[in-house]
Amino acid sequence: MDVTVTPLPGLGTQQDFITNSGHRVGVISYRDGRLELIVSGPQDPDKVAASVELTTEETSALANLLGAPQLVAQLTEQQREVTGITTWQLPITQGSPYDGRALGDTEMRTRTSVSIVAIVREGTAHPSPRPDFEFTAGDLLVMVGTVEGLRSANEILEKG
Amino acid sequence: MHDTALPLLELGAVFFGLGILGRLSWKIGISPIPLYLLGGLAFGQGGLIPLEGIEPFTQVASEIGVVLLLFLLGLEYSAGELVTGLRRSWAAGLIDIVLNATPGALAGWMLGWGPVGTLAMAGVTYISSSGIVAKVLRDLGRLGNRETPVVLSMLVFEDLAMAVYLPVLTALLTGVSLLGGLGAVGISLLTVTLVLILALRFGKYVSAVVYSSDPEVFLLRVLGAALLVAGIASQLQVSAAVGAFLLGIAISGSTATTASRMLEPLRDLFAAIFFVVFGFNTDPSAIPPVLVAALLLALVSTATKVATGWFAAGMQNVRRMGRARAGAALVARGEFSIVIAGLVVSSGDVTGDLAALSTAYVLLMAMIGPIVARAVEPVAQRFIQHRAPVRA
Repeated sequence: MDVTVTPLPGLGTQQDFITNSGHRVGVISYRDGRLELIVSGPQDPDKVAASVELTTEETSALANLLGAPQLVAQLTEQQREVTGITTWQLPITQGSPYDGRALGDTEMRTRTSVSIVAIVREGTAHPSPRPDFEFTAGDLLVMVGTVEGLRSANEILEKG
Repeated sequence: MHDTALPLLELGAVFFGLGILGRLSWKIGISPIPLYLLGGLAFGQGGLIPLEGIEPFTQVASEIGVVLLLFLLGLEYSAGELVTGLRRSWAAGLIDIVLNATPGALAGWMLGWGPVGTLAMAGVTYISSSGIVAKVLRDLGRLGNRETPVVLSMLVFEDLAMAVYLPVLTALLTGVSLLGGLGAVGISLLTVTLVLILALRFGKYVSAVVYSSDPEVFLLRVLGAALLVAGIASQLQVSAAVGAFLLGIAISGSTATTASRMLEPLRDLFAAIFFVVFGFNTDPSAIPPVLVAALLLALVSTATKVATGWFAAGMQNVRRMGRARAGAALVARGEFSIVIAGLVVSSGDVTGDLAALSTAYVLLMAMIGPIVARAVEPVAQRFIQHRAPVRA
């Protein structure tokens, strides 16, 4: 994939690429730290159809949404041979009892025999998290286990 | 007490009037520069009400306005950006000079204003208004467009060209010969190169010297440094504004961001005074005779700027619609054309007609520019769709 980096003198930098569908998608990072998501229309890829200013929080939320499925897809691909094992991504929501607490506190493995293989935070995957890893709202937990185990894991993350 | 009362009243009335004009201009969606000029024309020399007793202040203030305009422009760019911008756009930049300096130069020559007047008019029609262009691009949501980096690097090139051009013009205005003028070209090219290298290597230290975490101290230091460098440059006959521009380039990073945020209101204030004073010194009755020339110049130089943008964007493989947009975006002329004309007028050895023509020209171009930028899409669409079946 060719990501083009273009300096915008006096403003910041623009990074973009052309999608298979013929859209130009990218991000303008302004000097003062603001980020803007840009998407071009299909007729004229030179012209932006939408530019959306994103706060830091919104950027990381978007990055999580886009980053986690990719990780899950890779894991699913790897586990295709093993029957009965599935990969899910579950969020730590605002108000979850584990918001601000350590991974070890969930006792996930003991209670559900599900493994937390990675945590996606602000678009970055933290693989093989240790028991002292502290959750915050917005984290996405990539978990591997049986469907049954994953269901109860979901319940634990929501209700404790 | 009595002798300060009148200047205070006059200044207050001027600022208040400008405030009303500024509000009006944003409402109808044009740059306030033409309205400031009109405001200036209405008063002062040959205007409705001559203002007395504020000249010493307004003269210095308008000089500070020019210094701050260029200083903040310099702050916007880092030396690295300028170098990459230059590398990317030098060919288009040369086309820009040839196409857009020519109409002004021809006008100056045909009106018989001598070599200095010719050079000044070349500058007036050459330089786009980076203030108006940037604002139009932002307002129309075109910052993410593919032609926008092209437009911005054209502006960078023009600003660098100014850093060479202004010292030359200053030198010629002080009456040196053509050979001395060439010497000035050499000196200013050398200075600009030297400052760029210094800024690339030691920009950190320059920033550290002016920086302070206390906003008040910071403001005083930055403003002091800008005026000091401008004064030294002026003493060396290099043009005060260019000195400030180069200092702005040397200051970079977060120091530059904070400095421009702090100085912005000051710049707006002093630049407004500069435009009004320019209007003051222009005799409104001199405008009607040059109106036809100004209209012709506006027409021709709109076409040449559109052509410039069309070429420049084409070099970066932008499609036709984007090329048209790039051309239209560059049309506006404004603050720097007046800076050039102001330099000539204050030296006093070129006719007042130059001030009148520049005023009329900038009045037109500052209004035409944003309109052309807005109208280009529907117009170009018709043209390009009209052509498409022929090509198919």
